[in-house]
Amino acid sequence: MKELSLNILDIAENSVKAGATLTEICIEETPDLLTLTIRDNGCGMTEEVLRGVTDPFYTTRTTRKVGMGLPLLKLEAEQTGGSLTVTSRHEKEYPTDHGTTVCSVFHKNHIDFTPLGNVVPSITTLIQGHPDTDFLFTHIFPNYTVSLDTRELRTVLEDVPLGSYEVLKWIEEYLDEQYESGGKTV
Amino acid sequence: MKSLAELQAIKAKMKDKVILREGSGDIRVVVGMATCGIAAGARPVLNTLVEEVSAQSLTDKVTVSQTGCIGICQFEPVVEVFEAGKDKVTYVKMTPEKAKRVVEEHLKGGKIVNEFTLGGQNL
Repeated sequence: MKELSLNILDIAENSVKAGATLTEICIEETPDLLTLTIRDNGCGMTEEVLRGVTDPFYTTRTTRKVGMGLPLLKLEAEQTGGSLTVTSRHEKEYPTDHGTTVCSVFHKNHIDFTPLGNVVPSITTLIQGHPDTDFLFTHIFPNYTVSLDTRELRTVLEDVPLGSYEVLKWIEEYLDEQYESGGKTV
Repeated sequence: MKSLAELQAIKAKMKDKVILREGSGDIRVVVGMATCGIAAGARPVLNTLVEEVSAQSLTDKVTVSQTGCIGICQFEPVVEVFEAGKDKVTYVKMTPEKAKRVVEEHLKGGKIVNEFTLGGQNL
């Protein structure tokens, strides 16, 4: 992947496919580190499945036998000296509190660091594709935070779909403005 | 600064349109958004489709949606066009520029852009 923002889109897809009603995407940056956490309340995975997820020859897809999403992210993290950890609670074992968390840590100043790129189109693309599930996005910098909670938007919009073009455009501008002005005024 | 009040205004404006739109959507445009598609550049293709469909006022008859791996990863980004009573059209190796032409010529004008289809490629 050219940018980490594309990995975010790719990995968050898994959450939606796991039946998550809420997918949290959190990026936290310090001068040296970038930590990307994607947490969902989907069905979770059994221990056996969990062991295999970073193996490129494990996949849920039916069109071919390889799945590159998590292995790619793992490679991108590890090539900077960082790491990827996946934890999961399967719904069978944890009926009320299940889901998966993918946490990856990158050393930003390493020469093999994949640039983050623009996260905004990844967020709007996720919402466009899955307007009926919720996303909580936070991008934490040392001195400000950019955030978006679709649950908040939903209470305003009522039955107007989140995926409609006008709404997506608003979300895009809303996030762009936060990045430009150094975060939301709280 | 963008505010939730502005979103409120969008909602008020959209309300009637939403009711109008229900039950229509004759053309379905599907973009492959699995790892293979995303890595090949599907995100800007999808965004261009969404934007152009709206810019050309086609939202009443065209819906743009996402799917997983279509199975021809080497031809990604792949865009499929489904229209009732017609054969599926598969556009391959798409770019935002090609997507613009598909909206203009195919979705709006009704004429398939043969040079971008799977069958139209020199393989």
